Amino acid sequence: MSPPATRLRVKRYDPRDLLTEALVGILTRPLRAALTTLGTVLGITTLVITLGVAATAADQITTRFDAMTATTVSVSAPPPHPGSTDLPLLDWDGPDQVRPLAGVTAAAALAEAPVGHDLPVRASAVADPTLAGASIPVVAATAGLPAAVRGTVTAGRFFDAGMVARHDRVAVLGDQAAALLGIGDLSQAPAVFIAGQPFTVIGILGGISGEQFLAATVILPPTTAHDRFAFGTPGRVLITTALGAAGQVAAQAPTALAPGRSTELTVVAPPSLERARKGVAGDTNALFLVLGLVSLVVGAVGIANVTLVTVVERTGEIGLRRALGAARRHIAYQFLLESTGVGLVGGVIGASLGVIGVVSVSAAHRWTPVLDARLALAAPVAGALVGLAAGVYPALRAARREPVEALRSGL
Amino acid sequence: MSYGSPSIGPSSPPVIELRALCRQYPATPPVLALRDVDLTVRRGDHLAVVGPSGSGKSTLLAVLGLLDRPTSGSYALDGVETAGLGDGERTALRGQRIGFVFQAFHLLPHRSARENVELAEIHGGGAGRRGRSRRALAALEQVGLAHRSDFLPSRLSGGERQRVAVARALMGAPALLLCDEPTGNLDSANTEALLDLFDDLRDQGVTLLIITHDDAVSRRAMRRVRIADGVLTEERGAEVGA
Ligand SMILES: Nc1ncnc2c1ncn2[C@@H]1O[C@H](COP(=O)(O)OP(=O)(O)O)[C@@H](O)[C@H]1O
Ligand SMILES: [Mg+2]
Repeated sequence: MSPPATRLRVKRYDPRDLLTEALVGILTRPLRAALTTLGTVLGITTLVITLGVAATAADQITTRFDAMTATTVSVSAPPPHPGSTDLPLLDWDGPDQVRPLAGVTAAAALAEAPVGHDLPVRASAVADPTLAGASIPVVAATAGLPAAVRGTVTAGRFFDAGMVARHDRVAVLGDQAAALLGIGDLSQAPAVFIAGQPFTVIGILGGISGEQFLAATVILPPTTAHDRFAFGTPGRVLITTALGAAGQVAAQAPTALAPGRSTELTVVAPPSLERARKGVAGDTNALFLVLGLVSLVVGAVGIANVTLVTVVERTGEIGLRRALGAARRHIAYQFLLESTGVGLVGGVIGASLGVIGVVSVSAAHRWTPVLDARLALAAPVAGALVGLAAGVYPALRAARREPVEALRSGL
Repeated sequence: MSYGSPSIGPSSPPVIELRALCRQYPATPPVLALRDVDLTVRRGDHLAVVGPSGSGKSTLLAVLGLLDRPTSGSYALDGVETAGLGDGERTALRGQRIGFVFQAFHLLPHRSARENVELAEIHGGGAGRRGRSRRALAALEQVGLAHRSDFLPSRLSGGERQRVAVARALMGAPALLLCDEPTGNLDSANTEALLDLFDDLRDQGVTLLIITHDDAVSRRAMRRVRIADGVLTEERGAEVGA
């Protein structure tokens, strides 16, 4: 009459039943479940926002970097030693010497006012006390300057080679300098007075992206500046190159400019493009990643904590299930699945909030949001994994409870 | 109530067979909660275990329910010797052959009566998902609660809750129904109704072992076993307290 002992195998926990039981376990305590997910929601949101914004910002940085810095080479000569009889390293025909080099798209030579010369700039011959504090530097540059600094002449025109050759008393204002001096309309051929001497303003140069300081300067033809204010040879030659040619141009320019003495020149060239992009992206991502992971750990501790409390509270239920024939592993599976579910919900909500966050931050900065689809998909998975990891210890605790103790505690 | 059922007697196979069973709790000094207990419960028996608080009743139920292991002695359940069984086999045996009814009902508060009954099949018994809800309804029918199948425990009276617990214990037709103070939380009217139900179950051939300290409960059992200080003695009509 006694049934065969071979049937003494614990009943398999049907996955559909397991899923139902875990789901009901979560949903019967909706407020607690919501509060428990909060940690994971915060963690995942932080992670998605930080990673998303980091990617967006890095993309932004590298885009700008590519467009501007990567195509600019600047060659400068050290200031000559007082009393040195050496010939100057750079001369005003420097741009003509580098222009034949492959990859050079524009070049200009630039000299700043000689040391010790105070050159006050005013909009009228009479001293205007309100402008006393505004100091506007005077520089001399060759006719190719607008192209070499990627500027645009917003009004009038830049001086040409003919004006330079004729030593014309003309000046071009950087756009900030023009604003400071109150000069905007060039139809009446306004004048600026440099150390009391009048110069006709023939143009305004704006949108300067290479050498920002030029926006606040008065730019004179080198010949005129030499005649009037004893400007010397240029201190720098600014070169704009085609994308990818900067490295080669930087290597060749000193020799072209000062054959035989090229090593005395200082070359400022952009670092290699790939290195720059990786560097920027790498730095930001590493920092943000640590932040996000810390938040996730906090989320995991939250889930573990609440699950432990739940296990203690549900001691009676555990005992009942064991009495009904549930194996220890069934109990473990159920609590694991519940904490995983809580983590997953947190991950889904966190991913959604994170995506909204990235889009908002990008919108505020007028950036194009860079959203990696893998990130949006990985976030809920990460949440579930956090829940799974957080559930291991409480689940083992639950499974280890003796059914007798568990039953004694009531339900 | 008929005390002598034709199905009982030395001929029916034993469901419970205890031989020299001891359970000692490690403490200083050790507590011997069950001392050399011998007991045979046959199929269709209706047995009441009575005794004062602390006498070892719950300990006996835990051992019989395979929730706890005896320190020594042998226990055969439905012909299977349990002494050498591992945790998994004991769990399987428990799930398949034993139904529990507890004093505190132990119903899951957020599940309907039917879902609470179905829980027995989720973890124990041999049946799959198909027909489960029909079988749960049948079990509720058996305890006269089919019309309450969708109620949450909080909306049921104490007596109804305990009947749901009985229905759950009946799922999968266990060889043995173990009840620990099943009327402990019930008033006299509900107690009567539950005892009527137990009589019905016995008539259907269910083997019942009820732990109680209520005389009204033990009086309606076929056999009465008294336990005092871990020592078990069977009472038979006039020879009580031998
Ligand atoms: N886990 C335990 N550790 C030590 N002693 C225990 C333990 N459980 C029960 N006891 C003791 O064993 C005896 C029997 O307990 P129990 O079976 O619960 O009695 P009853 O159910 O009849 O009231 C009591 O003296 C009790 O104090
Ligand atoms: Mg007790």
